[in-house]
Amino acid sequence: MSEPRLSRRGLLAGGAATAVGALAACAPASSPSTTSAPGATSITGSPAAASTALEPFHGQHQSGIATPPQTYAAFLGLDLRTGVDKEALGRLMRLLTDDARRLTQGRPALADVEPELAADPARLTVTFGFGPGLFTAAGVEHLRPDTVAPLPAFSIDRLEKQWTGGDLLVHIGAEDGVTLAHALRMIVKDARAFAKVRWTQRGFRRSPQVQAPGTTQRNLMGQLDGTVNPVPGTADFDRAVWIGDGPEWLRGGTTLVLRRIHMELETWDAADRVAREFSVGRRLDTGAPLTGHAEHDEADFEKLGAAGFPVISEYAHIRRAHVQDPGMRIFRRTYNYDEGITSDGKSSSGLLFASYQADITRQFVPIQRKLAEADLLNEWTVPIGSAVFAIPPGCAPNGWVGDGLLG
Amino acid sequence: MVGACGSQPAAQPETRAAVQPDAATPAVTPAVTAGSAISVTDPWVKGTESGMTAAFGTLVNNGDADVTVVSATSPLSPDVELHEVVDSGGKMVMRAKKGGFVIPAHGTHQLEPGGDHIMLMGVTKQVKPGDEITFTLTFKDGGTLDFTAIGKEFAGGKENYQPGTDHSGGHSESAGGDAHGDGGTSEDHG
Repeated sequence: MSEPRLSRRGLLAGGAATAVGALAACAPASSPSTTSAPGATSITGSPAAASTALEPFHGQHQSGIATPPQTYAAFLGLDLRTGVDKEALGRLMRLLTDDARRLTQGRPALADVEPELAADPARLTVTFGFGPGLFTAAGVEHLRPDTVAPLPAFSIDRLEKQWTGGDLLVHIGAEDGVTLAHALRMIVKDARAFAKVRWTQRGFRRSPQVQAPGTTQRNLMGQLDGTVNPVPGTADFDRAVWIGDGPEWLRGGTTLVLRRIHMELETWDAADRVAREFSVGRRLDTGAPLTGHAEHDEADFEKLGAAGFPVISEYAHIRRAHVQDPGMRIFRRTYNYDEGITSDGKSSSGLLFASYQADITRQFVPIQRKLAEADLLNEWTVPIGSAVFAIPPGCAPNGWVGDGLLG
Repeated sequence: MVGACGSQPAAQPETRAAVQPDAATPAVTPAVTAGSAISVTDPWVKGTESGMTAAFGTLVNNGDADVTVVSATSPLSPDVELHEVVDSGGKMVMRAKKGGFVIPAHGTHQLEPGGDHIMLMGVTKQVKPGDEITFTLTFKDGGTLDFTAIGKEFAGGKENYQPGTDHSGGHSESAGGDAHGDGGTSEDHG
């Protein structure tokens, strides 16, 4: 990517954010759009400005899942300190919920020493998840869904401890990197008496100023990534993502599998476009299946080529990952990562593969197993991190995230 | 861009947050007299294992008359004082505030690190993050107001302590009377 182009994009995004912020700052104290958070209304501007700048905090589900993905994300994996029990977890989740409730609505956190940094929420969301170890620490193992456990080992895995596991997840998303950094800092300060940081995984996508929301984005291998994905607001999405049975406390919640997938961009560079398209089963330019013309055309897995072989290979990624029943699909909300370049110019890039599903064992594991068995893309992608969390439902204005489990 | 509008939009909701059923901002109990016009928004206490600490928040007066807080009590400490931080010979020190905290009519009075605060000496138990600590404010007319503050881990609030002239000295944690000294001993609130 050339430098002038980067600059232009930077200016474009920055200018838009400034306009939103200025509107918010000059707005009257009344706004009809944030009725669930009466304390937050006065920072919002016109209803239009409020809708672009604020995501709700309270509700049936936590924000940050069905929410249109923001440009920046940080996933924070925490390990509880020895002795942190149910009582302490209650204090922790009250504190963190309070931070999230305020910051997402453009208000400083309690004892926030940089309150000005909270003034532009930029669609900030803060989403919490509970890893297997949290249930043990709280003495509520019997309330842990069986599937919230480390995934079975897959032959393709090259998992590194530094990106794997974790007792508590905090996933922060925002359209602005400064807003995100402030929220992350505030959360970590309030969490560190209870937990140590196991990993921080930062990711990015194209911003809504650059690419229209809802458009399938490209990953750093240049592929359109996420074409077949449940659409928030549809019955298929609700069935695929939200938990409707099992332990009462988790209904309205979901599960997250966070896989860190390293991309071997050096060898990918050596693959020509035909090989690249063949490995995935889609065209690079339009994202259309090799049997179709447009991105959302149904792939024809039966279609044979001139030589009598399937046009979409038996080992093509989209064939291996295909799930017929829309309600059994996984919801992918992925971010790119690009963590720096070695002295000899090799990149450390990949995908934060955030997969949400009601049931990991029934939805995620079968897909991953098929991909691990045979997927041409495995030549260039390596899972190096893996973590699993139960994502509690949203909380009420007088509640806190996880109160159904820890309260 | 916030300043361009001549106000602090993000801070405005704070004055009304007392009516919000916020998990970390427990609702306050109105008192019978002057206190009925008073609320405390976003009260918190700096976490500490022992010794001193301090409570902060925003005192809000919705009444037509100024209200003066003359004292505060808490089960956390037998010795609670209303403090201010002042410049003493180029050094910021804290001391008991003469006359207490005046909350102007239809106004607020900030209790914050580096400024006025409620000082607790010789805390009777550890203040852990997320703990709920109860306080009672007493007003000049005898009215009272109860509120609950949340324990927060906090690095600041490390003003030097200099007992005021109207202060009797002899805090509970200093066995031999006033251990803080005239020059102000550097004391962490936490």
